[in-house]
Amino acid sequence: MKSSTLIKVASQSILKNKMRTLLTMLGIVIGVGAVIVMVAIGQGAHSQIQKQINNLGTNLIIITPGASSQGGVSRGAQSYNRLTVKDVEKIKRESLIVSAVSPVVFTRTQIIGGQGNWRATVNGVSTDFPIIRNWDLKYGRFFDQSDVRQMRRVVVLGHTVAEELFPGEDPVGTTVQVRTVPADVIGVLEPKGQTADGTDQDDVILMPYTTVQTRLSGWSRIFQILASTPSSRDIPAAQAEIAAIMRESHGLSQWEDDDFTVRNQNDLAEAAQGTTEIMTLLLAAIASISLLVGGIGIMNIMLVSVTERTREIGIRMAIGARGRDVLTQFLVESIVMSVLGGMIGIGIGFAGSSVLGQVTGWHTVISPTTVMIALGFSAAVGIFFGFYPARKAAALNPIDALRYE
Amino acid sequence: MDRKVVMRTEGVRKTYVMGKTQVHALRGIDLTVHQGEMLAIVGASGSGKSTLMNIIGCLDYPTAGTYILDDVRVDRMSRNMLANIRNQKIGFVFQGFNLLARTSALENVELPLLYDRSGRKLPVRTMAKEALERVGLADRMDHEPNELSGGQQQRVAIARALVSSPAILLADEPTGNLDSRTSVEVLALFQELHAQGMTVLVVTHEKDVATCAERIIELRDGRIIRDERISHRRSAAHDLQLLPESPVTAEAA
Repeated sequence: MKSSTLIKVASQSILKNKMRTLLTMLGIVIGVGAVIVMVAIGQGAHSQIQKQINNLGTNLIIITPGASSQGGVSRGAQSYNRLTVKDVEKIKRESLIVSAVSPVVFTRTQIIGGQGNWRATVNGVSTDFPIIRNWDLKYGRFFDQSDVRQMRRVVVLGHTVAEELFPGEDPVGTTVQVRTVPADVIGVLEPKGQTADGTDQDDVILMPYTTVQTRLSGWSRIFQILASTPSSRDIPAAQAEIAAIMRESHGLSQWEDDDFTVRNQNDLAEAAQGTTEIMTLLLAAIASISLLVGGIGIMNIMLVSVTERTREIGIRMAIGARGRDVLTQFLVESIVMSVLGGMIGIGIGFAGSSVLGQVTGWHTVISPTTVMIALGFSAAVGIFFGFYPARKAAALNPIDALRYE
Repeated sequence: MDRKVVMRTEGVRKTYVMGKTQVHALRGIDLTVHQGEMLAIVGASGSGKSTLMNIIGCLDYPTAGTYILDDVRVDRMSRNMLANIRNQKIGFVFQGFNLLARTSALENVELPLLYDRSGRKLPVRTMAKEALERVGLADRMDHEPNELSGGQQQRVAIARALVSSPAILLADEPTGNLDSRTSVEVLALFQELHAQGMTVLVVTHEKDVATCAERIIELRDGRIIRDERISHRRSAAHDLQLLPESPVTAEAA
């Protein structure tokens, strides 16, 4: 039989028993629907975390001062800050892997301009900062090398700050007062949203670190160095290289410990990712049980159907159907049923996860892979649970089958 | 007779083993049928005629003996090859019609062509329509079995048997479930097909049916006890004209 004929014959007999078909498919529908919703929740959590981590910047490496110990007593990270602009320049000059590097100095202060005043964090950074943080500008430009060298009083506003001081306007070209220092607004950053712990990343203003050091904080120490590599594969090598450059810059002998810490964003991410992966797996496993039960439902109905249609099988055999034809017919029937159920289940899964997302506020993601796997899985259920009844049908003796009442 | 031999059995035996006892259903059947013959196989129940029909119809294997159908030896064929033979060379008509329920007459008739594995590209629909026209049901093609009378259902079954142009038309008690008038109609159809050159084997226990054939084979206890030509053959078409008019007659062609 041609495959198109097979599918036609299978669909016909499925349509002949609409109610029974519907009830049989219900198991698969619920199973697939449950798997889709559960995986959508798991992947939603996963992608949320991934997004927050990527938000930090691409291939980010963070160098913080500290982890020094004296006489065996650790004084903890940042106990003793020895990071300087010289370190930054040395890394920029000597590192072969690092593509961008920027010092960071912070201070928190009042900003006055436009509609009123606002308290925000001032980040003093270099021109590489937008590259490292993967942060585009909404309006205007970022400061350049000459702004940094000449300690110009220029400022790039974070989105929240811009909205607070200049709601609905493009503030580029105006002047704001940062503590006591008047500064020209040259750009506004794109919004980046919140971090995992709820901090608003857009509640910030950026200025050249030289300007912040000389005019605002008056300190020459820097709190943090940020660096990035062109590709995530380079991160481990870059970390080792930075550590070597930093040790040399700080003149540490071989028996002295590092007085700085080099970390990358993956260190922060891994733990969180592992947790969500386990959660996704667990949810999918629980949902799969209902798919299994659905499969058993199909087998049950197919077995009844084979008995009920013994005479039909006999007729088909008498007019020339081989065992294999009968086997294929019943197998195709159960596959069509389970795939159809799977497709309805996917639809319900989509609806269910979007409803759940709206009710609970959870982020849900349905990837094409999930849909393909769900479809493949339901077809597999059809084949697996349809095979035994189909083989039973194919093994019937035509004479007995014809006589069956 | 110089006509082609369409089927021949030599020493066909069938023995069923039931527990410790052996039941000899057929004890050596030698039967030759020529193309275009119309045979009636008669016998009381238990005479072995159903067993013989199953073997002739390639639904069952003989325990011993040879069976040659249309120049092919089929008694040792595999199950799958026998299925092909049934599909190509045998047209079955059963007592209980055996049509697929909730399936239109046309689709029922198409069924054997769907299982055709000769690789030919068949105009399935056209062939099925032609077969239904031959049995006079051109206007009932889209009806399902439960919308058809017994006689019409049996005609659909005959069309299904004819559609793949078999070597033999094999009818097992074809009038067993029909009233007397419809029986005569169906028998007239068999005689008409026979007149067109079809080889027809009718298994029956009714004398009225048997006398429609031109040759009669009687079985008893698994042996042929009579094989003779019928001198006064009954014409079902003629009998039909003698029967009083009924609305069914006007409908059936």
